[in-house]
Amino acid sequence: MVEFLIKDLNIWFGQIHAMKNVNMEIGSKQILSVIGPANSGKTTFLRMLNRLNELNDNFRMTGEVLFGGRDIVEMDPETVRKKIGMVFALPLPLPMSIFDNVAYGVKVSGVRNRKLQAAAVEKALKQAYLWDEVKDRLDTSAFKLSGGQQQRLCIARTLAVEPRVILFDEPCSGLDPISTAKVEEAMLVLKKDYTIILVTNNVKQAARVGDRTAFFLSSELVEMDGTDKIFTAPRDKRTDDYIRGKFG
Amino acid sequence: MNDSNVTECPASPALKLKKRSRDPVLTQRLAFAFLFVSTLLIIVPVGLIIVIIVQKGLPGITWQFLSDIPRQGMRSGGIFPAILGTIYLVSGAIVFALPIGLLSAVYLSEYARGNFLTRLIKLAIVNLAGVPSVVYGLFGLALFVTFFKFGASILSGALTLGIMILPIIITASLEALESVPHSFREASRSLGASRWQTIRYVVLPNAISGIITGTILGLGRAAGETAPILFTVAAFYLPQLPGSIFDQVMALPYHLYVISTQVPNVDEKIRYGTALVLLAMVLFMNLAAVVIRCRFRKKKKW
Ligand SMILES: Nc1ncnc2c1ncn2[C@@H]1O[C@H](COP(=O)(O)OP(=O)(O)OP(=O)(O)O)[C@@H](O)[C@H]1O
Ligand SMILES: [Mg+2]
Repeated sequence: MVEFLIKDLNIWFGQIHAMKNVNMEIGSKQILSVIGPANSGKTTFLRMLNRLNELNDNFRMTGEVLFGGRDIVEMDPETVRKKIGMVFALPLPLPMSIFDNVAYGVKVSGVRNRKLQAAAVEKALKQAYLWDEVKDRLDTSAFKLSGGQQQRLCIARTLAVEPRVILFDEPCSGLDPISTAKVEEAMLVLKKDYTIILVTNNVKQAARVGDRTAFFLSSELVEMDGTDKIFTAPRDKRTDDYIRGKFG
Repeated sequence: MNDSNVTECPASPALKLKKRSRDPVLTQRLAFAFLFVSTLLIIVPVGLIIVIIVQKGLPGITWQFLSDIPRQGMRSGGIFPAILGTIYLVSGAIVFALPIGLLSAVYLSEYARGNFLTRLIKLAIVNLAGVPSVVYGLFGLALFVTFFKFGASILSGALTLGIMILPIIITASLEALESVPHSFREASRSLGASRWQTIRYVVLPNAISGIITGTILGLGRAAGETAPILFTVAAFYLPQLPGSIFDQVMALPYHLYVISTQVPNVDEKIRYGTALVLLAMVLFMNLAAVVIRCRFRKKKKW
């Protein structure tokens, strides 16, 4: 099934042309790895999918992005963001307790009942493999957690809203190998129920977890294919150079 | 050309270093001493003011002084009407200025785009802060007393004071709102929260200490000013309590001015006692601002 269908997408921030003529089809319930050197537009691409770019005053976009067959620009932005969750590069807990962090999305969706909130919090924390570590201190500040725990908290917070798609923007860039392995493990389980788009600077990570891989360079999509194909026989020489570490 | 740059650059700082390094420890000590003395000089006037006022005013502070009306042409009795008048004026000013100030700060920080209108508003706020207080008084007289026909009344005075402290409240609130990291707003929005929900649940709770602090500082300013209430509310001598917001009241700063310059032979105890009460009110508010700020800072979670 197709989750996203992107046609002739162009994005500008003021004068900067940050996404050039991107056409793409993203399947559901699988992991798409997005790789590319710094400044290639990966984050911009991700933030476009849940309409976060619009928070910038000078953002402009042309083309069409269909999400489950519907044009995202015509949907209500809050609904889009509830259906398409995002985990940022650095752990970004909100300045409140662990419980309130995870319950936040549920709360703003209008669930006032504390019991329902608690159920959602527990479920999400278990999905993010964090429950056992925090179940006894749910009302302490989220900032008391370690970096890796904070990142899993952010994943739990996103899951609690019950999105269909989860966008990860370099979720492991600040984490040690063990925390990274935990996050990757969570992603591999999650892809059974969610569509996952993973932007990563770590080419090996892309190879480990991605079903498909897209390579961006200078705001353009160079190629996108099955991960095995990209890493064994890429069509474009620039892709080959990048995954061999020749530039970027 | 490249070469000359390369050779020149490291050479010049080295030269400077040489000149300065005669006795860096001594230089540093001297500088420290100088800075320390300058800082100490700030404390001296504050300390002196408090000491002198307390010394001369404390003997005059009795229960009767605080609770009685002025008697014998203000030469004896108490200052209760003036205390109450100041409390009324300050409360009125805050009831008017806090909502408007807070809402406009929220608008400027969270909703407004950086366009011409926004710049104009910010410029207006800066200018409002720079207007001399006596001009506010005259403005209040023209607008509230005369045009709106509120007369010289608590309402006119409170509104005038409210406008005067508006820029203080807006500036402090704006600063507090803008000090909440942008990334928090983004995280909140990414979870599907609307702009208002983000403000309500993330931005305001983390800015509230700054907002309260700014408000209290504004109150302290309002309590102490004479000029804005001179034409709009303050009564020269009114030994009774106001019945409604359309009545005149006495107020501490104006009362102090009156008994110090307009009425002959007022006992020093009464004059300094009045000054002490006013000073205590303002210092108390500033202290409250500090305490609240500390409280919230401890609670702050990032
Ligand atoms: N809010 C913005 N305002 C202006 N320009 C922006 C904005 N966001 C992104 N850009 C520009 O878009 C281009 C792509 O940036 P983007 O953050 O998407 O790169 P990236 O591939 O995620 O890089 P990195 O690997 O360093 O995270 C850059 O040239 C950047 O300057
Ligand atoms: Mg990025």
